[in-house]
Amino acid sequence: MPPNVALLEARALHARYGEIEALHGINLDVAQGSIVALLGANGSGKTTTLRALTGATRRSGSILFDKREVIGHAPEDVARLGIAHVPEGRGTLSTLSVWENLAMGAYTLTDARRTRARYEKLVAYFPWLAERREQPAGLLSGGEQQMLAIARALMMEPRLILLDEPSLGLAPIIVSRIFEILRTINRDDGVTILIAEQNAAAALALADQAYVLETGRIALSGPSHDLAGNEQIRKSYLGY
Amino acid sequence: MRDERVRRYGSVALVALLIAVLPHFIPSYGAFELTYVGAYAIGILGLIVLTGASGQISLGHGAFFAIGGYTVALLGQKLGVPYWISLPLAALASGVVGLGLGLVALRLEGIYLALATFALAVATPSTLKHFKALTGGSQGVVLSPLAVPGPLHGLITPEQWLYYVTWTLAGVFFFATSLALHSRLGRALHALRDNEIAAVSFGVNPHRYKTIAFGWSAAYAGVAGAIVAIATAYASPDAYGIALSLALVTGAVLGGLDTLWGALIGGVIVEFLPLWAQNINPAAPSVIYGIALILFTIFLPGGIGRALQSALNSLRLRGGNQHARS
Repeated sequence: MPPNVALLEARALHARYGEIEALHGINLDVAQGSIVALLGANGSGKTTTLRALTGATRRSGSILFDKREVIGHAPEDVARLGIAHVPEGRGTLSTLSVWENLAMGAYTLTDARRTRARYEKLVAYFPWLAERREQPAGLLSGGEQQMLAIARALMMEPRLILLDEPSLGLAPIIVSRIFEILRTINRDDGVTILIAEQNAAAALALADQAYVLETGRIALSGPSHDLAGNEQIRKSYLGY
Repeated sequence: MRDERVRRYGSVALVALLIAVLPHFIPSYGAFELTYVGAYAIGILGLIVLTGASGQISLGHGAFFAIGGYTVALLGQKLGVPYWISLPLAALASGVVGLGLGLVALRLEGIYLALATFALAVATPSTLKHFKALTGGSQGVVLSPLAVPGPLHGLITPEQWLYYVTWTLAGVFFFATSLALHSRLGRALHALRDNEIAAVSFGVNPHRYKTIAFGWSAAYAGVAGAIVAIATAYASPDAYGIALSLALVTGAVLGGLDTLWGALIGGVIVEFLPLWAQNINPAAPSVIYGIALILFTIFLPGGIGRALQSALNSLRLRGGNQHARS
């Protein structure tokens, strides 16, 4: 893995909901093959940042993905470029079965054999998916739904995966299992990860780099271990 | 899983057989009434695609019935076009208008879409009356009856022939809809309905699919309207008012929007509920529609279709348990 080759570069990224601007021009770099954490309190703009990157929210500024300008692309085309998004609240399609959810994730792969191959690969990470593949996804537990959402996002063979608070509402043991899988996916499959998290301790332990958002601005950024190692930063920004 | 498939195809085959032999056991007028049931079922199938699968509401599907009905009526009257040509054209005309309306619907969410389509339903009769030169105004258009083809002459009545044509079409549409809703297209529609942000994140183009659903649904309504016009041998503006649109929605909700069987049940309701209700009081049908809609949305949101399905499932489970015990 070549070090510090930027996969995603956001410059002066603004985002707005109607009249209200929620993101006031942030700069964000995600290096190829890295894990980057996006930290901050409720309402600091984590979800908005992810949505601005995919185009689910109106945005302006510049977003280069693999040196290609993404702003101006519709969200569904951003997915085709190789950016997967696990949205807030997991986005479970609850009336569809587990398998149908995964098939939806592979929507951009028109080749059924490739879809099948992806499925086999993901079952290796999440073996229970195979046992429950015909069940309606709405019947899964919260942790299982989160894992399904991650597996589903990986079906499209993304280069970058955006995760919106994967730990929300889950027991610590489930969170550490999910983070362990994320680490494996990053290391073995080379999937770059941008993860928005409120659970700063867990996210810093996972990530290489971290950005801390405060009311729509980047308050500080740096290597995760520097942030985690600085007691003053931990107390004033990260609350642990 | 194989058992389930056998059961599903078995029940479909049973219903198909029943529909095939039924006209020989009931008076000709019964076949005539059941033709309407088939037509309404096709129309409601369109609502299942639109509302059940793609989550969009139309209170104005009567307008697409009108387009279908007037297409076959006018092509027949003015140009002498036979039904086997004008019927597909009715589907096409209605489908194209539906695609257009679908584009408008993209800008309208939930209640606003309901209101816009409601306005369409209200405006349909007066629009038809206004363009007198083309549509014959409030006089309407008389259609020639469907003739029994040569080889079957004397074997079946015209009513029975139209019955078979209608139910064959219904069968084809049910089968095609079932396939389509279980394909990539159907999953994309379901995903958009359940969670649009997630669906878009998989690469689904929401505008394209929502518009397709509208056109698809309108095409079914066009065919249904054409059949109704042929069966009645008459197309008149007041037949396509708000009453028809609301009857279709009521039929769809009562029948059930998340199973295709709901369309069949809905068709029976749209045809027979007013007839039964009229015996109580001439004003009773709309009151009963209103009350039934409220009760169903509160107590049986999946309609009769889903209620029957879960009843069958629990019976099956109980049967299975007894089996295990013995």
